[in-house]
Amino acid sequence: MNDLLQISGPTWGEPDTAAADRIEAALGADAIERRVEHRGELTLDLPLDRYIEVCTYLRDQEGYDLLSDVTVVDYLGYAGEVAGYWGGDGRDINRDSHSGKRAIPEPAGPKRFGVSATFAKVMTVTDGNHRRLRVRVWVEDGESVPSLVPVYPSADFHEREAFDMLGIDFAGHPNLRRILMPEDWGGHPQRKDYPIGGEPVQFSDEV
Amino acid sequence: MAATEEPRVWPQMDVLQPTPSELWPSSDNPDLLEINIGPNHPSTHGVLRVVTTLDGEVVVGLKCEVGYVHTGIEKNIEQKTYWKAIPYVPRMDYLSFFSGETAFCMATEKALELEVPRRAEWIRVLFQELARVHSHLVFLGTGSVDLGGIALLFYCFRARDEVLDLFEMACGARMHPRYCQVGGVAEDLPKGFDRRCREVIAFMRDQFDQYDELIGANPIWLQRTKGIGILTPEFAIKMGMTGPNLRASGVPYDLRSANGGYGAYRELGYTPVVEQGGDVHARFRVRIEEMRASIDLIEQVLDGLPEGPTITDDRKVALPPRHELHTSMESLIHHFKLVTEGFEVPAGEVYAPIESARGEFGFHLIADGGAKPWRVRLRSPSLVLLQSFAKLCEGVYLADLIAILASIDPVLGDVDR
Repeated sequence: MNDLLQISGPTWGEPDTAAADRIEAALGADAIERRVEHRGELTLDLPLDRYIEVCTYLRDQEGYDLLSDVTVVDYLGYAGEVAGYWGGDGRDINRDSHSGKRAIPEPAGPKRFGVSATFAKVMTVTDGNHRRLRVRVWVEDGESVPSLVPVYPSADFHEREAFDMLGIDFAGHPNLRRILMPEDWGGHPQRKDYPIGGEPVQFSDEV
Repeated sequence: MAATEEPRVWPQMDVLQPTPSELWPSSDNPDLLEINIGPNHPSTHGVLRVVTTLDGEVVVGLKCEVGYVHTGIEKNIEQKTYWKAIPYVPRMDYLSFFSGETAFCMATEKALELEVPRRAEWIRVLFQELARVHSHLVFLGTGSVDLGGIALLFYCFRARDEVLDLFEMACGARMHPRYCQVGGVAEDLPKGFDRRCREVIAFMRDQFDQYDELIGANPIWLQRTKGIGILTPEFAIKMGMTGPNLRASGVPYDLRSANGGYGAYRELGYTPVVEQGGDVHARFRVRIEEMRASIDLIEQVLDGLPEGPTITDDRKVALPPRHELHTSMESLIHHFKLVTEGFEVPAGEVYAPIESARGEFGFHLIADGGAKPWRVRLRSPSLVLLQSFAKLCEGVYLADLIAILASIDPVLGDVDR
C-alpha cells in the first residue's frame, strides 16, 4: 500500500537552524528567545526590540529576499476551556468528544497577539534550496510593533491589513490606514472578541 | 539566439517614497487632474478603485483603493470545521479556483501529517493545470479587450468553456467544484474523461497557435505592449511579486519546481517558463507559453496516471464510500461523526504555499487541536501584485496604465477575500 501513498505538502526545505545559529553568533544569544519547530517549519520568537535588527540581518546576510507573508494571530482564549467553540458563548460542550478539544493546547506565547513574518529565498539561492523561515514577536493589545516597511517594502499592504483586521499598530509605517474595511468602521473584525453577526447592517439607515 | 548573449542591463528602479505602494504627486500644480478609475470599470477586472492624478495625459499620482468585495473569508473559515471550510476558498481567486482548494487541503494535510494516494495527487495536478489554463485564458481575453482587441476575447472564452466542461464532467460543477478533499479528491475521474481531455488538449494546442498569430505579429499590439511597464527582477522581489509576473522578468522561480515541487509535480518534473523582457509584452508571452506547458503537463498526467485509490482510507478524516453506509455500522458512525463534528487537527501552525495562476498562494493555518481552525491567513498573490502597480505606472500615459493593470492580472476577489 505504501507505494501508493505520499506526503504531499509543499516543503520548506530543511529547517534553517544554521541561520538561527548564525543570528545568535552575530547578534548575541538574546536575539532569539525561543525556537519552535512544527512540521518542518522553523519559527524564531524574537524580543520586540530586536525584531527589525534580526530581519535586516536575514535580508542582508542570510539572503532571505522575499517577504512572503505577515500574519497576526489573536490568541485570546486560545488555551482556555471552550476557546471560541460554538461562537465562544461559554457553553462547555463535552470537551472529551470530537467537537470540543480533546486536549487543551499549550499556551502559544507570552502575550495576546503573535505577529509573524515568513521569509523565503528566491534569487539568492545557490544550492537549489529555497528555504523559508518565520520570525515572530509577541505584543499585548495597544503595544506597537516596529514596521517592516523600511526593510521589506512589500510589508506595506500586509501591515495595513493587520492594522485593519486586528488593530495592531505598526510604528513607522508610512501609510497606516484601513485597507479592506471602510475608513469609518469601528473595531477590528478578526479579533476573537469581535462578535459574529449582530453588527449593524450597512446602508440601512432611515432615509 | 547568439551564442554569447550580453547580460541584460535593467533600468534602476527605486522603491517609491514615502509609501512603497502609492505614488504621490510631487508638485501641487493646480492643473493636475485627479480622476477615479473604477470601482466599477470594465478594465479594473473587478471592483478596484484607482485614484489617478494626471498631468495632461501622464500619470503622476496613483493609489489603489481595495476592499469593495471583502467578505471576511478568513473570519468565516474560523467558524467552520475543516472540511466545511473548503468551499470558501475557491471563491476568492475565482479564476484559478482549484488552486485555492488544493492549497487549503494541502495545508490541512501537512498539519495532520496525512498521506495522500498517488493517484489523487496526479489528479490534483491535472485540475490545477486546467484551472491555470482557465485563468490565463480569461487573462488573455480580457487583457486584449483592454488593449482594444475584441476578437481574442471570443476565442479565449470559447476555449475556456472547454476547460469548464472538463470540470463539469469530473465533479458536476463548472466553477468552484469543491473537488479537492482533505486526503485526496472527492471522486475518481469518470469514464470517457481521458478521451475528452485529449480532445481538449488537441483543440487547445491549435488555439494557442492561433493566438500567437493573432497578437504575436500584430504591429498595434506590439506597440501597445513592448517596453511598457518594465519590471526589474530586483524590484519585483522587493515588492513581493511571485508567479508569472516575476518569471516575465527573467527569474525562474516557480513553486512547482522550487525545492523539487509539491505533490505530483515532484514526480512529473517541471521547468519554469521564463521570459526576459519584464514588460507588458513579456507578461502576456509568459502566460501563453505557460498555458502550453500546462497542456503538456496535463498530457503527461493522462499518460502516466497511476492506478489506486483517490482518497485516503483514514476514516477519521475522509468520508467512507457511499456503498459502505448500507452495510457497515462502523462506516455509518464515521460518516456521522465527520459530518457533524469534523476531525481534529493537532495544535501548531503550518504555512503551505503553492503556485496558483498568479503566484504564491499560501495558506497559513493555525490549529489549536480542535475541529475548527483557530486562525487561517490566506496569502493571496493578487494583493501583493497590486503593491507594485503604482511604481510601474509612474510617468506612463493613461492608456498604458490600463495595459499595465491588465498585464499584472490581479483578481479582486483574491485581493479582498
